[in-house]
Amino acid sequence: MSKKILPKRVDMPEQRPKERVKNFEEVALGYSETQALKEASRCLQCAKPRCVKGCPVRINIPGFIKCILNHDFKTAIKIIKKSNYLPAICGRVCPQELQCEKNCVLGRKYEPVAIGRLERFVADYNRSREYKVKKKVKLNGKKVAIVGSGPSGLTAAAYLASYGYKVTIFEALHEPGGVLVYGIPEFRLPKEIVRKEIEYIKNLGVEIKLDVLVGKTLSLKELFEMGYSAIFVGTGAGLPKFLNIPGENLNNIYSGNEFLFRINLMKSYKFPEYDTPIKIGKKLAVIGGGNVAIDCARCAVRMGAEVSLIYRRTEKEMPARSEEIEHAKDEGIKIFELVSPIKFIGDEKGNVKKIMCVKMKLGERDISGRRKPEVIEGSEFTIDIDTVVIAIGQSPNPLLLETTPELRVTNAGTIIVDENGETSIRGVFAGGDIVTGTATVIQAIGAGKKAAYAIHQYLREVGDV
Amino acid sequence: MYKVVANSELAPGYKLVKIHAPLVAAKIQPGQFFVLRIDEKGERIPMSIFEFDRKRGYIETVVHEVGKTTKKLASLEVGDGIMNIIGPLGKPSEIRRYGHVVCICREGTVGAIHPIARSLKRAGNKVTIIVGARSKEYVFLLDKLKKISDEVIVATDDGSMGRKGYAVSALRDFLKSNKVDLILSIGPTLLMKTASKIAKEHGAKAISSLGAIMLDGTGMCGACRVTVGGETKFACVHGPEFDGYKVDFDELKRRQKMYVEEEKIALKEYERLL
Repeated sequence: MSKKILPKRVDMPEQRPKERVKNFEEVALGYSETQALKEASRCLQCAKPRCVKGCPVRINIPGFIKCILNHDFKTAIKIIKKSNYLPAICGRVCPQELQCEKNCVLGRKYEPVAIGRLERFVADYNRSREYKVKKKVKLNGKKVAIVGSGPSGLTAAAYLASYGYKVTIFEALHEPGGVLVYGIPEFRLPKEIVRKEIEYIKNLGVEIKLDVLVGKTLSLKELFEMGYSAIFVGTGAGLPKFLNIPGENLNNIYSGNEFLFRINLMKSYKFPEYDTPIKIGKKLAVIGGGNVAIDCARCAVRMGAEVSLIYRRTEKEMPARSEEIEHAKDEGIKIFELVSPIKFIGDEKGNVKKIMCVKMKLGERDISGRRKPEVIEGSEFTIDIDTVVIAIGQSPNPLLLETTPELRVTNAGTIIVDENGETSIRGVFAGGDIVTGTATVIQAIGAGKKAAYAIHQYLREVGDV
Repeated sequence: MYKVVANSELAPGYKLVKIHAPLVAAKIQPGQFFVLRIDEKGERIPMSIFEFDRKRGYIETVVHEVGKTTKKLASLEVGDGIMNIIGPLGKPSEIRRYGHVVCICREGTVGAIHPIARSLKRAGNKVTIIVGARSKEYVFLLDKLKKISDEVIVATDDGSMGRKGYAVSALRDFLKSNKVDLILSIGPTLLMKTASKIAKEHGAKAISSLGAIMLDGTGMCGACRVTVGGETKFACVHGPEFDGYKVDFDELKRRQKMYVEEEKIALKEYERLL
């Protein structure tokens, strides 16, 4: 290579912290064409690309980056969509630093190629130019039902439609997208973008039925009776976990799910224009260190609160995407490391007013490989707050399982599947958080893709196709 | 869109709204509920079922006009649409032969009591329904209740119909000369708390259907959490019916009031724009 490698990646323009804390618009603004070309030129085009191995859906990364360099953005999106139907979303929410970019050879000496930003650029470029599905696939006469319209369900639906199946997605909520619409906030993933990606999948021939809670409104058995030859279950994580400490049911204590659901899906930040209210108060504490916790904290800042994030390990162990932790700090969120709540204290009306906490220290490593937090005796202290958000994860939703006792589940309540994603019921496949427990969008996409292929194989084997 | 097919006034501030929602109508069991959202900017609220017609796909619900959403719902005319309806949600009532069951409710919650009482009657129970109301004009659907039960006792606060006083006082008197096996209460939290206490005193079982604040209604958010026997439960998936002996009604009442101020703001804004 004669060309000198730029050691640093091209910065992505962002809304300045002072401005962005006053709005819900997207923080990261995306590359311009010039910036994308410059960043793409940093890619070494390795013959044996390690980045691809880091990608859960194995996107041909050097391939699409080369297309960017050639100004052929249309082919770039085609390459990406072969492996991932939701690139505008993944470019924004994937933890690239732990996946493709972690493996980038450049990263050994310099900053790795900003693969996520380039993926986002390609997706955005083509979306704003009305990239449409050209020809529809010939239908093979078979129907497949998908339960849940989150990332795994949407992906499974898209692939199955491309194989020629008539696909129907059943969604319980009033908008499709699952966690992409109720969970991830507007400023990190604009809902307009989610709608556009879903529009694309609908254009492949996928039908979406809202207000259907499979397990209650319709059973799996009824879906088979309705003529669906196979079913994919991608119902996601369900019941929010709580701390099980005194005072947890005081007023103005939310689960992370509820807090985000109110703000993102119900648009509480526009109350009373939108009907759903939310309590923010002056001082708000979020408990947890994952992406949901950071999202809650950043929403609260935008609604005018002074926000503290309480985490029982240190910042280093936080499972949240590192870029978002940085964004959160820039926005004035205070992180209390090595602190754990032990009790909530309320006033006479039952509104939470204080959190009693203890200080923690890190001990031996546990099974997750992270050092286990231990209580420092006698370190109790209290923090004054008006609102608390508990974002410490979720357990699988039991609804479908209750009405489908044949479905085998683990002790934790996740659905048991074989290596192809098939459950204990013939023709019923599952993937995403309902199988793995809380994970990332891209992992769910990977599971949806794999299951779609397995369903296709299965229906061929049983002679249906 | 789910079309309103009938809307009639039951009493001042109460409407009986009939909606075409075939999937809900096909499946709903007594004790279960549904969640609706009227329009794009609307909130999601849980509603109880008064009647369902599986063949024609209709559900009927009693609407008590208290806030913006219920007022808006009550104002819908035949042919108007409701944007989203999801159900059935929650667990069905445990319908079996208890013996003698008293169902106790107040004004609008007669709607929710109706299908449960009917099923209990069909299961071979003796069913007595006690209805409380402010006054005569707030007592409605009485004929329907009489048809599906052995006896209906009315108590009004002002004595304009039936006996004077609260429904729980009528319950106390009734228990002086009757042996009851189950007291099922649906109504204001105080009514359910008192009814459950009376049940315990008389050695009858107590079941209450809790009106917790809900959002999705599918177990995702935890807004409806209630303490039952010292444990946190979600009213939407574990309930809405719980053992009245074990429910922390004071906590429920407190949690129901969480958005009182916001509800006032929303209502004021709605009425200003009308």
